[in-house]
Amino acid sequence: MAPAITLAADAPTLSSANTGFMLICSALVMLMTPGLAFFYGGMVRVKSTLNMLMMSFISLGIVTILWVLYGFSLAFGTDSGSLIGWNSDWVGLSNIGLTELWDGYTIPVFVFLVFQLMFAIITPALISGALADRVKFSAWALFITLWVTIVYFPVAHWVWGAGGWAFELGVIDFAGGTAVHINAGAAALGVILVIGKRVGFKKDPMRPHSLPLVMLGAGLLWFGWFGFNAGSWLGNDDGVGALMFVNTQVATAAAMLAWLIYEKIRHGAFTTLGAASGAVAGLVAITPSGGAVSPLGAIAVGVIAGVLCAMAVGLKYKFGYDDSLDVVGVHLVGGVVGSLLIGFFASGKGQSEVQGLFYGGGLDQFWKQCAGVFAVLGYSLVVSAILAFLLDKTIGMRVPEDDEVAGIDQAEHAETAYDFSGAGGGAARSNVTGPVADTASKKVDA
Amino acid sequence: MKLITAVVKPHRLDEIKEALQAFGVHGLTVTEASGYGRQRGHTEVYRGAEYTVDLVPKIRIEVLAEDDDAEQLIDVIVKAARTGKIGDGKVWSLPVETAVRVRTGERGPDAL
Repeated sequence: MAPAITLAADAPTLSSANTGFMLICSALVMLMTPGLAFFYGGMVRVKSTLNMLMMSFISLGIVTILWVLYGFSLAFGTDSGSLIGWNSDWVGLSNIGLTELWDGYTIPVFVFLVFQLMFAIITPALISGALADRVKFSAWALFITLWVTIVYFPVAHWVWGAGGWAFELGVIDFAGGTAVHINAGAAALGVILVIGKRVGFKKDPMRPHSLPLVMLGAGLLWFGWFGFNAGSWLGNDDGVGALMFVNTQVATAAAMLAWLIYEKIRHGAFTTLGAASGAVAGLVAITPSGGAVSPLGAIAVGVIAGVLCAMAVGLKYKFGYDDSLDVVGVHLVGGVVGSLLIGFFASGKGQSEVQGLFYGGGLDQFWKQCAGVFAVLGYSLVVSAILAFLLDKTIGMRVPEDDEVAGIDQAEHAETAYDFSGAGGGAARSNVTGPVADTASKKVDA
Repeated sequence: MKLITAVVKPHRLDEIKEALQAFGVHGLTVTEASGYGRQRGHTEVYRGAEYTVDLVPKIRIEVLAEDDDAEQLIDVIVKAARTGKIGDGKVWSLPVETAVRVRTGERGPDAL
């Protein structure tokens, strides 16, 4: 996020252009969560499609309410101990003036808080891909509630809140490489180490049921990500937001190509899933770094992230953890790669004058990036694992094995994603005994 | 009467249909099926993980024929279905005791 522009002479005034831009960016980031739902939903088997979609959608409900009640205050309120914020005026968003500006910026507080809300929504949704097919929906809803409260809100404060320790240390995280992607990836790893593998992992074929849905989701993510990244400068008065916009496109293109070439050499084909995954890996890696690197640097970040993530998604088979849809392989690895590469590729001509190793700046920034990366990774991994453990011991995290095998959609949501039978399969009969039968009997009475 | 069943490659369906129509067959039933023979499926790759897909898509065609036409009909189907590559499928026939046209109640060869 941008350093506050505080020229003593002229304090920032409200900018209609920036305000309009940021409202549009907020809507773009909102669209990423349904996009993610489709990206993940296409990757699971037919029988758990709806559950996968719902694990993302429910975050739009829960996190929004928590954000209004206390989330915004915890993340961006007045700092205490460099660890957490609080501002009682913001509880319930009740004492915020409509024209009150976000401190040091040209947009209202209301605009800033709704933009940040969308980040808080998508971060827990990202975790869900690792937990496919097997988690009780009620346990997931409770997990999100607790996780954003004790992990996301504090970590967002560390990284972006005035007074947060990572912010003050000078860790660069333009749009959420640490707070969003490393945070979600590490949480995913923590949870799956506790809840274990899907029934049949490594034995049964678990290929994606709909790659067109995956491509649709990847497209929506790519589109929405422009709001996520370019919007994180909270305006474009100095052109840095536009640099971020360009680098987002450049790194994503490079990462998609890199992943495709890697897998053509390694596995013999340019796959659709590879293109979608490479694009997302590039988006993740440029998220922290896009304001600091040049467009050529963005190509380097994209290529490195594309190849490393393509290699990382195979690790789960080697080590035996069931990161179902590769949240660790893409978001954790991509986030770490993007955050650390700032230490090498920061050009000094973007968001700040900080230069990385390749631009003559030494390793100073690299060590700062390491501190941010590993603190968030460690905190999120450990706390998420403990949270999953406690939920598992109390209400239980997983659905019964029979339900998992038969399909979590039917067991948890009383629905199935597709009707494959031309004749309707007989489902209509149960409806007839309901409302239709009632209407019929009323007619007879009349 | 005979029931001729052919399990063949899906993309040969149109050729077979045309050949059967030219021969004078008035009706047939087609079902989407899956299975494997000597070709034993194929391999797919998802994020580097290789899956052996051993049940591959097939089309199952069923035709009723009079005893005298059966062998010739089988030849027609085989000729239209053949690509010469592994996985072309199989055709076989079975004796049929009775056939009834539902609309009219006609029985035996009249129902075909």
